[in-house]
Amino acid sequence: MKCQHCEKPATFHITELTGAVPQELHLCEEHARQYLTQPEDQAEAQPTVSEAINKQMKLGQTAEELAKLDQRSCPVCGITFYEFRNQGRLGCPHDYVCFAAELEPLLVNIHGETQHRGKRPKRGAEGTDRQTDLIRLRREMKEAIEQEDYEGASQLRDKIRRIEKEGQAS
Amino acid sequence: MKLDELASRCGEWLRGSGPESDIVISTRIRLARNLADFPFIRRCTDADRLAIEKAVRDAIERVESWRDRVDYVNVAELPAVDRQFLVERQLISRELADAEGARGVAIEAGETFAVMINEEDHIRLQVMHSGLDLQGAWDQINEIDSRLEEFVNFAFHEQLGYLTACPTNVGTGMRVSVMLHLPALVITRQIDKVFRSLQKISLAVRGLYGEGSQAMGDFYQISNQITLGRSEETLLKQVGDVVPVLIDYERRAREFLIKESQKDLHDRVSRAYGILCTAQTISSEETMHLLSSVRMGINLGLIEDLEIPTVNKLFIHTQPAHLQKLRGIELDTSDRNIERAHYLQRHLLRKSGENGAEKN
Repeated sequence: MKCQHCEKPATFHITELTGAVPQELHLCEEHARQYLTQPEDQAEAQPTVSEAINKQMKLGQTAEELAKLDQRSCPVCGITFYEFRNQGRLGCPHDYVCFAAELEPLLVNIHGETQHRGKRPKRGAEGTDRQTDLIRLRREMKEAIEQEDYEGASQLRDKIRRIEKEGQAS
Repeated sequence: MKLDELASRCGEWLRGSGPESDIVISTRIRLARNLADFPFIRRCTDADRLAIEKAVRDAIERVESWRDRVDYVNVAELPAVDRQFLVERQLISRELADAEGARGVAIEAGETFAVMINEEDHIRLQVMHSGLDLQGAWDQINEIDSRLEEFVNFAFHEQLGYLTACPTNVGTGMRVSVMLHLPALVITRQIDKVFRSLQKISLAVRGLYGEGSQAMGDFYQISNQITLGRSEETLLKQVGDVVPVLIDYERRAREFLIKESQKDLHDRVSRAYGILCTAQTISSEETMHLLSSVRMGINLGLIEDLEIPTVNKLFIHTQPAHLQKLRGIELDTSDRNIERAHYLQRHLLRKSGENGAEKN
């Protein structure tokens, strides 16, 4: 059998299964090599998270709406949406709650789903409020120290200790 | 833990045993977990990082069955060569090695599991088994996760599952990856084609040392990309289903090479062996490249006086940090290349049969 593209004997017999119908190809070594190494759209590198989210955000939003969204920040860890969008990393577990609406299309884009299946911790998600309180209070304490508000910082420290203790007791 | 003791051994992932170990090097699973009461790493203060490190270390020490078997390595205090050494052994990620601030890794003595602390997530659990062993690796990591969960609260959301710093890991937080040695698919130039079809079913392909690394020595890691909405079992199956297909492709490519161009193949393998035995100075990349041909040559019976475990050991022992640890001194690149050539000569020209007992 001759190569489909030239006079050389066909030594590669390829069945292409990626199209709608299987396609038989009979090629010489040179043409087979060309065929097998041809670039395809899918071959391009996977976009990073921040690229994906930036693309997502530009859909169906005016620049004004986006600018407003960028200003929004998480009440617990203080990260702004702009920071997340740029770094592709979230600031704390509560971000999944406070940016839920913005994250949903991104999660669908990445995973095709938004409902977890599989393992869950035995002790469940109880006490979540207490834990997000701790993240927020520690941040407020750090800010108080930075502003040299030592009285405020020490009150916050006592509060943090109290919550930590309650957590150990439960 | 004495890193020098680890250096002389081969580690779990290049032990070269287990099912399909002529092509499948190792099976790895990692789980990403975060403590519920701390911000994710990017928003952590130094005090947060220290507190996380302490909380996770304490939890690890409280697991009864790990006592005496698990050692903690404070990565922040390690010299650069030791951090590189742990990366080469795949016990820590490049990201953990290069990060700043409090961080560490707990390593099980047999190197089958490691717990990284303060990587991209607070906790990255990792299990590594030789050969193809998805179920065994999952059973082990599932158990490790459950043990730790008794002592720490993981960030978990009813709908979204385990919460992670990057939305690409949320849900199960699980990455299953199988490392394959695919030299014949590279030689026959089918490898790109294979990878494009894997991407279409949302599996990722990476080189030896993870994201962005070159496919050194024809080693490729196949892993799941999706972590949310599919159970751990489903994800294991997704990777598990495709691996036998890749093994089959590689075997067929090898048969094809034997049948169509045995002379060329034998020549390539013999030359690779010859260079490794006689070179006076050699880079890490060239060594990996040539060892890859030799490894395939042994599996195809073209080289008879060398064993696979020996070659596997050379792959890891000729890495830059390993060479320096084994030699006991720091060496610059050109000195390493000379030391590497000597090391190869010593181990390849040595009488064969010594490793016969390890033959699998």
